Amino acid sequence: MAVFDNFWAVYSNLVLGLGINALLALSIYLTLSCGMLAMANAAFMGIGAYTAALLTMNYDTPYIVSILAGMAAPAVVAFVMGKPTLRLSGVYLAMATLAFGEVVRIFILNTDSITGGALGLNGIPQSTQWWHVLLALVAVLALLWRLRHSRVGRAFESIKEDETAAGLMGIDVGAHKMTAFVLGAAIAGLAGTLNAHLTFFIGPNEYGFDRGVDILTMAILGGINGLAGPVLGGTILTLLPEVLRGFQDFRLVVNGLILVLIVLFLPKGLWDPARIRNWFGKGGKHA
Amino acid sequence: MSATLQLKNISRHFGGLKVLQDVNLDIPQGGIFGLIGPNGAGKTTVFNLITGLLPPTSGTISFEGRDLAGTKPHEITRGGIARTFQNIRLFKEMSLLENVMVGMHAQLRYGTLGLLGTSGLFRSEEKRARERARELLSWMKLDHKAEDTADNLSYGDQRKLELARALATEPKLLLLDEPVAGMNANEKTELMREIEQISGRGYTIFMIEHDMRFVMGLCQEIAVLNFGRIIAQGGPDAIRNDPQVIEAYLGRDEDEPASGPDGIVTDGAPSPVAAGVAPTSVSGPGAQA
Repeated sequence: MAVFDNFWAVYSNLVLGLGINALLALSIYLTLSCGMLAMANAAFMGIGAYTAALLTMNYDTPYIVSILAGMAAPAVVAFVMGKPTLRLSGVYLAMATLAFGEVVRIFILNTDSITGGALGLNGIPQSTQWWHVLLALVAVLALLWRLRHSRVGRAFESIKEDETAAGLMGIDVGAHKMTAFVLGAAIAGLAGTLNAHLTFFIGPNEYGFDRGVDILTMAILGGINGLAGPVLGGTILTLLPEVLRGFQDFRLVVNGLILVLIVLFLPKGLWDPARIRNWFGKGGKHA
Repeated sequence: MSATLQLKNISRHFGGLKVLQDVNLDIPQGGIFGLIGPNGAGKTTVFNLITGLLPPTSGTISFEGRDLAGTKPHEITRGGIARTFQNIRLFKEMSLLENVMVGMHAQLRYGTLGLLGTSGLFRSEEKRARERARELLSWMKLDHKAEDTADNLSYGDQRKLELARALATEPKLLLLDEPVAGMNANEKTELMREIEQISGRGYTIFMIEHDMRFVMGLCQEIAVLNFGRIIAQGGPDAIRNDPQVIEAYLGRDEDEPASGPDGIVTDGAPSPVAAGVAPTSVSGPGAQA
């Protein structure tokens, strides 16, 4: 048991980081699965983190209330900003949502009196237990699993493939895009809340462009053909920097190189059921 | 017969281009109605207006007495109008079964609670949808490929799947945009039989088609569109012998005793449109007597 205690003392943050990153990857998977390249998830994570942390610190709310608020706030913001922006498609939506992310970051920077500005928020109670993260991940996975195998999931996929045809199948395209966007924001907010109550400190730059790209990379790397992809992508992107410690100064170079190679040779991501089946099929023949 | 779909004084302009001018059409309840016309006559635009993808510049479209102005495409579909596309628009990465089940979207009645809850409603509705989807696929003789990916289907089968998917929305009126484009003679005959069966099940069908034999064999009534105007309407025989229709397809024959592209002399019988009907020897149930 002592071995485990030791391991946990050193690596608990890393393990919980795995769960949080998986949640983030799943949040962008939701919009990607509906055919939208929305890059606002880092901002939604930030909105959730700040909302929950401020509630906890200033009003001493129970953790569950902070979590719910940390999900509701980005969901409401997503709804309001989704109204005008979700009409955009492709790269234009990406640009609009990226710009929104910058707006959020700069807003946080300039509201020192509430958010602490560039100094961030210090001394957030470390309320997040390992089982909070596990529970959140399991609940989100269960929800998305059900969604994927329902009429909503089929509607998302049909919208991704052909928006016009989907509309002519009786699917309210706008409403489904909004659902994916708002739900994705809530999940990102959940991840942000859990993270904020784990790291003690949050600052505006944690939720900027870099984080947005990280989240997208996790989903693309893992693949968006299923729920396993984003979880796998999140895991790899969290572990890779740790595994590569041996490379010391070249760590980031090797890290980037691996990502480039995966995207080059496995464009559908690591988790691609069709390809995996293919491999096993071939293996079967040789055996 | 009362009209189920009515187009009144419909015009549609794209900038200075007048694609449709003052089009009036009454599609009667039941039966198969055909719309023919040379390439670029504006046929597909008619479908795009009916399904709400484009608003008309002027005029009104009503379905079962209800004005469709400002109605969104998905609401029009739910109101009972489904369509297929000239350039096939399937959900290629989904299975045949899923394609058809997407069409049943609006009929699956489990609310958000049913979706999230553990009640049997979700399961029973999904099961019902799957069974209905298989039935529709069997109408098109595609049920043995239900789990295949739509992208892997042959061209003719893709068109059939589009039909099954359109039927899944439980339409009263089915709009078919060139259903046999690019099919070989056998596939055409097969599809002809299937469309007749669908019509026999009580669906009203409104189709755009180039293939004269196909249209003349299936439709009870035909309208001819040329340069955005309806130039003739009537039964297959009347259309076949209409001088304006012949002119639209083959050009004028006044200045010289012109011959059609196939060397058919256009003044006098047999008319060139009818000639399109005769040559192939494929015999479908709807084939010409």
